[in-house]
Amino acid sequence: MGREAGGALSARTVFQARGLTKVYTMGAVQVHALRGIDLDLYEGELVVLLGPSGSGKSTLLNILGGLDTATDGEVTYRDHNLTSAADNELTEYRRQHVGFVFQFYNLIPSLTARENVAVVTEIASTPMKPEDALSMVGLGDRLDHFPAQLSGGEQQRVAIARAIAKNPMVLLCDEPTGALDSATGVVVLEALERVNRELGTTTVIITHNADIAGMADRVIHLSNGLISDIRTNESKKAPHELHW
Amino acid sequence: MKTLDRKLLRDLWKMKGQAVAIALVIASGVATYVLLISTMNSLTQTRDRFYQEYAFADAFASLKRAPDGLKSRISEIPGVAQVETRVSAEVKLQVAGFYEPVTARIVSVPDFGSPVLNRPYLRRGRMVAAWRDDEAVVSEAFAEAHRLRPGDSLDAVINGRWKRLRVVGIALSPEFVLQVRPGALSPDYKRYAILWMGRHSLGVANNMDGAFNDLSLTLTAGAHPDDVITRIDAILAKYGGLGAYARKDQMSHRFLTEEFRQLQRSADIFPTIFIAVAAFLLNVVVTRTISTQRDQIAVIKAFGYRNTDIGLHYVKLVALIVVLGIVAGLGVGAWLGRGLGRIYTEFYRFPYLNYQVQPSVAAAAAAINLLAALTGTLLAVRRAASLPPAEAMRPEPPADFRKTFMERLVPQRILSQPTRIIMRNIERRPVKALLSIIGISMACAIMVAGRFSKDAIDYMVEIQFRRIQREDMTVTFVEPTSRKAVYEMRRVPGVEHAEVFRSVPVVMRFGHRSYRTSIRGVEPGASLHLLLDEQFRHITPPRGGILLTDYFRTILGVRPGDLLTVEVLEGSRPVLQVPVSGMISQFIGLMGYMDLDALNRLMKEGSAVSGVYLSADSLHRHEIYRKLVQMPRVAGTLVREDEIRNFYETQAEALLFFTMVATVLAATIAFGVVYNSARIALSERGRELASLRVLGYTRGEISYIFMGELGFLTLAAIPMGFLIGKGISSNIAKALESDLYRIPVVIDSWTYSFAAAVVVLSAFVSGLIVRRRLDHLDLVAVLKTRE
Repeated sequence: MGREAGGALSARTVFQARGLTKVYTMGAVQVHALRGIDLDLYEGELVVLLGPSGSGKSTLLNILGGLDTATDGEVTYRDHNLTSAADNELTEYRRQHVGFVFQFYNLIPSLTARENVAVVTEIASTPMKPEDALSMVGLGDRLDHFPAQLSGGEQQRVAIARAIAKNPMVLLCDEPTGALDSATGVVVLEALERVNRELGTTTVIITHNADIAGMADRVIHLSNGLISDIRTNESKKAPHELHW
Repeated sequence: MKTLDRKLLRDLWKMKGQAVAIALVIASGVATYVLLISTMNSLTQTRDRFYQEYAFADAFASLKRAPDGLKSRISEIPGVAQVETRVSAEVKLQVAGFYEPVTARIVSVPDFGSPVLNRPYLRRGRMVAAWRDDEAVVSEAFAEAHRLRPGDSLDAVINGRWKRLRVVGIALSPEFVLQVRPGALSPDYKRYAILWMGRHSLGVANNMDGAFNDLSLTLTAGAHPDDVITRIDAILAKYGGLGAYARKDQMSHRFLTEEFRQLQRSADIFPTIFIAVAAFLLNVVVTRTISTQRDQIAVIKAFGYRNTDIGLHYVKLVALIVVLGIVAGLGVGAWLGRGLGRIYTEFYRFPYLNYQVQPSVAAAAAAINLLAALTGTLLAVRRAASLPPAEAMRPEPPADFRKTFMERLVPQRILSQPTRIIMRNIERRPVKALLSIIGISMACAIMVAGRFSKDAIDYMVEIQFRRIQREDMTVTFVEPTSRKAVYEMRRVPGVEHAEVFRSVPVVMRFGHRSYRTSIRGVEPGASLHLLLDEQFRHITPPRGGILLTDYFRTILGVRPGDLLTVEVLEGSRPVLQVPVSGMISQFIGLMGYMDLDALNRLMKEGSAVSGVYLSADSLHRHEIYRKLVQMPRVAGTLVREDEIRNFYETQAEALLFFTMVATVLAATIAFGVVYNSARIALSERGRELASLRVLGYTRGEISYIFMGELGFLTLAAIPMGFLIGKGISSNIAKALESDLYRIPVVIDSWTYSFAAAVVVLSAFVSGLIVRRRLDHLDLVAVLKTRE
C-alpha cells in the first residue's frame, strides 16, 4: 500500500514504516486506527498529514514520536527500531530526537513562557537558550508571561519554541492551528516554516485543514487508517499566502 | 533551581489550603508523638539519674522490730551488695493554721554521715544534727503546700507523745518521687508528708534503740531479686516481717512505671491515627492533583522526561507537605512537652527535670511520617509515572455512574434531583466515601478517647467514694485494739455512727502465684463501708469464706469456690486455707474481705480491731479532728471529702491539658478531612455545579448538593467515631489495668455530645470556607476549562 515518494529531495530516510497497524480495544469494541501503513519520511522535509477525524493521523504521529506503540508492523527512526523499543528506550528517543507541538498547546500553567521552554532544555544534550527559541517564534518580549496571560496563538508559539529548543531532529505537530483563528494560525505556521527552513528539522504537521497542505514539501492523505495518496508540492506556498 | 521544581512550588502554592490542612494533621501526629515520647524519655532519664546519684535501693522490707545485729546476717545473703537499716514510723502531724488531719512517714537518717541508700536530696537548709530529737527535714511537696521554711515548726505525735519539731531542711528522695500514702490513689501534699529525723532520736522515741523496723538493700550484678527476697523473708519472719519486695513493687516507682506505660500506650495509639489519616488525605489529594495534571505529565513525558523524573516530582510534592508538617509538629510538640513536663514535676518530685527533645525522637517522628506518607501516595505516584503519554493526553474517561442502592429502596418521587446526585456521588466511590467517613470518625474518636479518662475518674469516684465508702472518716489505730475502742469514738461530740474493721497484712497464694495485700474484716450489718459484687449489688462476706477484688481472677487466677492459701504477716503468723466465696467490684487496689468475727477467730485473737469508720456532723469536724489527734491509739485519720477534693485537684491540671490537646487535635483532623474532601469535590465537580448554575439553579441549591455530601459523610462518621473512641478507650484501659487500679470504660453522654459538636463544627467551618469559593464560581471560565 502507498506509493514510494520519489523526489527532488536528497533522500536520507529518517522514518521508515512498514505494515504499521494499531488496534485499540475500547470496552467491547475494537477500533482499527491504522491498518497497515508503509511510509518513508526524509531528512529536512516538511510533510503535511491530511485527513478527517478518525483517519489515524494522530495515532501515526504518536507512534512516530514514540508516545505510543504499534500493534503490528515495524517502524524505524534512522537506525533505531521503535517497534521493539522498551519504554525507557522510547523515553530516551523522545528526549534526544523529537519535538512535539499539540493542538491544545499543553503548556504547564504554573510555568512562565521561558520556564516552559526551560523544562525541555534542562534535559536536552545540545539545547539552544530558551530566550533564543522564544525569539525565533517572535516571543522574545514575553518571556516571563504565564500561559494564562498569553493569547492562543502566543501559547502555541511558546509550544513551538519548547519543541524546537532542544534542536530536535524531528518536529511532530498535531493540529497546531486547530484551536486558532486563521490569522493567528498563519503566524504559528510561519514559525514552523522558519524552523524547518533555518534548522533543517524534519517536520510533520497533522491537520484536517487542506489549505495548510500548500506549505508542505509533501502531502500525505490518510483515510480510515490507510494512506490514500501521497503528493509532492512542486511549488510550496509561504504561510502568509494560505487562507482558510 | 530546576524548572520542574519551580512548577512544584507554584503547584504547592496553588493548593496551599489543602497542603496546610494536611500539614496540620501531620503536625498533630508529630506533636503528639514528640510530646509523649520526649516527656517519657526526659522523665525516664531524670528518674534514672536521680535513682543512681541518690542510691535508690533495689529491695525493701518492713518488719515489727529486729536488733541491729541482724543486719550482718542479711548482708551475708548471696546477691546482697549494700544493706541499710532504718527506723520508720507513721505519725500524726499538726501544722499551724491547718485544721485537717495530717499524717506523715518519718524515716531515720544516720546521725553521722549520709545514708548509704535512698539519700535525700537537700533542696534547702541542712540535714538534722547528730543526736537532736527536735529537728526534722521535710519533703519538698509538703513544705510547699504549707509554705514551710527552714526555721518553722511542726507538732508531731510520735508513738503517742507530742513533740515539737523544727524544720531544718527541705528535701526530695528517690524513694518518694511520688509521695503517695499507702492505699491512696493520688498524692496528697497537704495531708501526707515525708520527714527525716536522726536515727538515734527516732529510735528512742519508738522503742527502737539498737533495733530497726525498716530495711533497704542493693543487689550485686546478676543477683536474682526473688531469691534474695525469699531468704530475707525467711530471716525476718521471726521479727514480724511484712514481706520484702523488689524495687518494681515499690510504691513511688510503681506509679512512675505505670505513668510511663500510659505515655507509651498513648504514643502508640494517637500518632498512628494521625499518620494514617494524613496518609489517606495525601493519597486523595495527590491522586486528584495527578489526575488534573494528566496532560502536563503527558507533555513532560513526550519531551523525554523519564518515569523516575515524574515519580520523583510528585514524591517531592508529598515530601514538602510532610516536611512542613514535621517541622511544625516538632516545634509544637516540644512546646507542649515543656508544658506537660511542668505538670509532671508538680506530680512527680524530681530535683530537676531535663526536658529535651532527643534528636532520635525527632528523627523517628520524621522518618515514620515520611515513610507513611510516601507509602500512602505510592500507588498514585506510580500510576502517574507509568501513564503512557499518548493516553495521558486524552482526557480521563467520564465517570461511570449508576442508580444507587438507596434509590432503589426509596420511591423515586421522594428524591429530588440534587439528592440523587449526592447519593450517586457517594455510592460511585464507596471506598473513598468510607475512608472519608473513617477519617472524620477518627476526629470524633480522638475527642472521645481524649476525654475518656475524666469520665472514668468521675465514675471511679462515684463508685468508690459514694457507693462503697460512705463513711466521713476512717480512723486507724496504732496497733490492733479491743473492739471497745468504738465506744470511746462514739463519745466524741459530733460522731453520729461508728463501725469497726480489722485489717491484717497477708500474702495470698494460689497455685504458684502469690500477692501481698491485706484482708479486711468487716461487721455483718455495716452501713458505712459497703461491698459491691460484680454487678454492683450490695454483698456481705459470709462467715466461712473470703470475698476478693475481681482483679484477683487475673492476678492469681482464682475463682469463687477455690481454696486460697493465706499467710498472715502479723501476730502468730498463721497460714490458713480460706474458701473464696465471691468476687467484688473495686477499681483501686486489691484486697480480701471477711466477716470480722471469722477473721478474729482465724487469727485466734479475740475481738481485735484495726480502725473505725465514722460518720459525723460536719459542723463538728474540726473538733473531732482535734480530739482524734490527741488520742494516743489513733495513728491517723482519712477524711473522705478531703480525699475526693485532693484527687480532683491533683488531676485537674493534667486533665485540662489533655482535654485541650485532644480538642485541638480532633478539630485538626475533622478540618483536614472535611476541607480536603470539599476542595476535591469542588475541583472534580466545579464544572457540573457551574453547569447547574447556568441551568438556573441557585447558589443555595448547588451548595446543598455540594455540602449535602459532606454533611452526610460527617453525620455517618459520628456514630462510627463513638464506637472507635470507645474501642480506643477500652484498649487503653485494658492495657493499663494492674493491681494498682483498673480504669472502667465509662463514657459520659456529655463527652459524646461534646465530641460530636467539635466534629460537626469543624466540618461546618471548613465547608463554609470552601463554599465561599463555590459562591464565586466563574460560570463562563469553568465551562471553558477542559476537564
